[in-house]
Amino acid sequence: MGKKEFLQGNQAMAESAIRAGCKLYFGYPITPSSEVPEYYAKAMIERPEEGITFIQAETEVSAFNMVAGAVATGHRAMTATSGPGFSLGQEAVSYMSAGDLPGVIVEVMRPGPGDGEILASQGDYFQAVKGGGHGDYQTLVLAPYSVQELCELMQESFELAEKYRNPVILLSDATLAKMRESVELPGYVEQKDPASKPNALRGCGKNEPHKVVTCGDGPVQWEEFNARLQAKYKRIAENEVRYATYNLEDAEIILVAFGSMARVCESAMKMAREKGLKVGMIRPISLWPFPDKAFEGITGKKFLVCELNAGQMVQDVKLAVENKRDVYFYGKLGGTTPSPKNVLAEIEKLGGESK
Amino acid sequence: MRKYVYKRPEVFTDAITTYCGGCGHGIVNKLMAELIDEMGLQENGILVWPIGCSCLSDRYYDMDAYMALHGRAPAAATGIKRADPSKCVIVYQGDGDLVSEGMAEIMHAGIRGEKFTVIFINNAIYGMTGAQMAPTTLLGQTATTAPAPLGRIVDNSGYPVKMAEILAELPGVIYSERVTVNSPQRIIACKKALKKAIQLQLDGKGMSFVEVLSPCPTGWKMAPTKALDWIDDEMTKVYPLGVIKDASKEAE
Amino acid sequence: MKNVVEIDFNRCKECGYCIRFCPKGVLSKGEKVNKKGYYPPVVGDGCIACGTCARVCPDTAITVYKED
Repeated sequence: MGKKEFLQGNQAMAESAIRAGCKLYFGYPITPSSEVPEYYAKAMIERPEEGITFIQAETEVSAFNMVAGAVATGHRAMTATSGPGFSLGQEAVSYMSAGDLPGVIVEVMRPGPGDGEILASQGDYFQAVKGGGHGDYQTLVLAPYSVQELCELMQESFELAEKYRNPVILLSDATLAKMRESVELPGYVEQKDPASKPNALRGCGKNEPHKVVTCGDGPVQWEEFNARLQAKYKRIAENEVRYATYNLEDAEIILVAFGSMARVCESAMKMAREKGLKVGMIRPISLWPFPDKAFEGITGKKFLVCELNAGQMVQDVKLAVENKRDVYFYGKLGGTTPSPKNVLAEIEKLGGESK
Repeated sequence: MRKYVYKRPEVFTDAITTYCGGCGHGIVNKLMAELIDEMGLQENGILVWPIGCSCLSDRYYDMDAYMALHGRAPAAATGIKRADPSKCVIVYQGDGDLVSEGMAEIMHAGIRGEKFTVIFINNAIYGMTGAQMAPTTLLGQTATTAPAPLGRIVDNSGYPVKMAEILAELPGVIYSERVTVNSPQRIIACKKALKKAIQLQLDGKGMSFVEVLSPCPTGWKMAPTKALDWIDDEMTKVYPLGVIKDASKEAE
Repeated sequence: MKNVVEIDFNRCKECGYCIRFCPKGVLSKGEKVNKKGYYPPVVGDGCIACGTCARVCPDTAITVYKED
């Protein structure tokens, strides 16, 4: 066992990224993600031996495009942002998807729409999971629920991005970002030579040139181009589903929640169990690909989907059960997080219902 | 025995460009190819292309290339150059790309003094999208979105933008020159400016910027040779030629 | 010694820059059409192998050389 430290989500995550070999950070400060650029800026000055580059971009539009350019050279690079900034960056997410570029983006959700608020939310689920930019594309979306998992999935984001040469979105939220928790930081990850990575821009000499081009050349070529992307998404969907299950064996009511809301639900589940209510939980960790298989073969149960939004993931749950099961929704808007008691009250309502 | 006076540059592929007859892009692309050969840039160079008529240019060169989103070439180039400062990064943009969509990106790349070379093709019109008005369109010049009889009018669209002068104001930009390619002598001068701008990058100085007044016979609805005259008669009056800034000595 | 101007017939887009800038008036409008529908110029006598036509050609369609 390594050393346990008491660290803030954003900062622990930034340190994990550096240890994953991400030495290039391009970003624009926005609450509640700003500790990430601050951490990188400080590391660049205080740890010269690690060769860290931090650039504060003029906009998120620019920051995301800088990440795209940097990862095109085979180096690891990332940005972190929140709602309005994430919206600005979408053109580059679409671009990176088309260009097979392994950019890593942390989206620390806050409630929108518009300028929004700076508290916790999960209202950007659709934007992250369904593709916030133009065209038919998918990004891997990972949703941690603790600072420990935030650190681990941060490192895994880079591995997955490079494995599939596809952008990865690490979906955090204001609660995870700002909370302090006991964490064992992951170690340094050994790095490959950037120029050894597929299609890394490096200067070709007399060899075959490396090119990042995302513009079409006629309907036939463009259909083939898109078919290749879709084949990649199929591979990802088959291999990268992640989720956790809790007390499903005897559960009559199954909570479904991700991210910080899953922590609330975990507590609510325990409280319900103490009261003798048979409650379990499914916690999707990969939001795309969505863990449909977690719902396979579960019959005669009620699903209570809890989110910090007006009901977004609940649609994927309904798709997963093909609308054949009882799916209920409990959501909270505005930026505050419900207490486990609130969720328990919802569970009790369901438990009392005669179906 | 054959002694070549002019031979197609080696870095060029066999592709025929998609440019219209008499388009200045072709001349500047060719000068770049000549310099890539002469300066040995194929080994360590990365070309960053824009959206616009030159968005298919990567296929004309056996060179590593990145075709950026509209206006974002300087941001992508920042990522590339910061990831590996040993590379020679040449950014190529047109006026819709650099002045409209990408005004923030080019300005801030200049503000940061990004150590790459920017070649800016100013033809005062949107070529690829079909001769719409550019921020560099001259007052009174007609475009499909600034139709006759008035053409571009100040009340509606403001004034033409002089990028070479604007960027010269930034300490991070160490070289800014405006050239054109409407005569053999000026093509030679353009090549000289491009060579200087690339050399400054290789020497590790700040951003170097070359604006090229470039004929767009199709967009201007003129015969190509007439378009060359129009550069002299109209464009150079608004966009004077010459070195606007050379701080390469001070930057040492 | 012979001075040669070679025009890559199908690359030419008939802009006329070479004709305009040839200091000796060696090039003139052609009458044969190429694949793209353009009429590349024809090369007459009197070339001094200065290379101007090649340098102004936007399509890099011209090669100039001297041959023994």
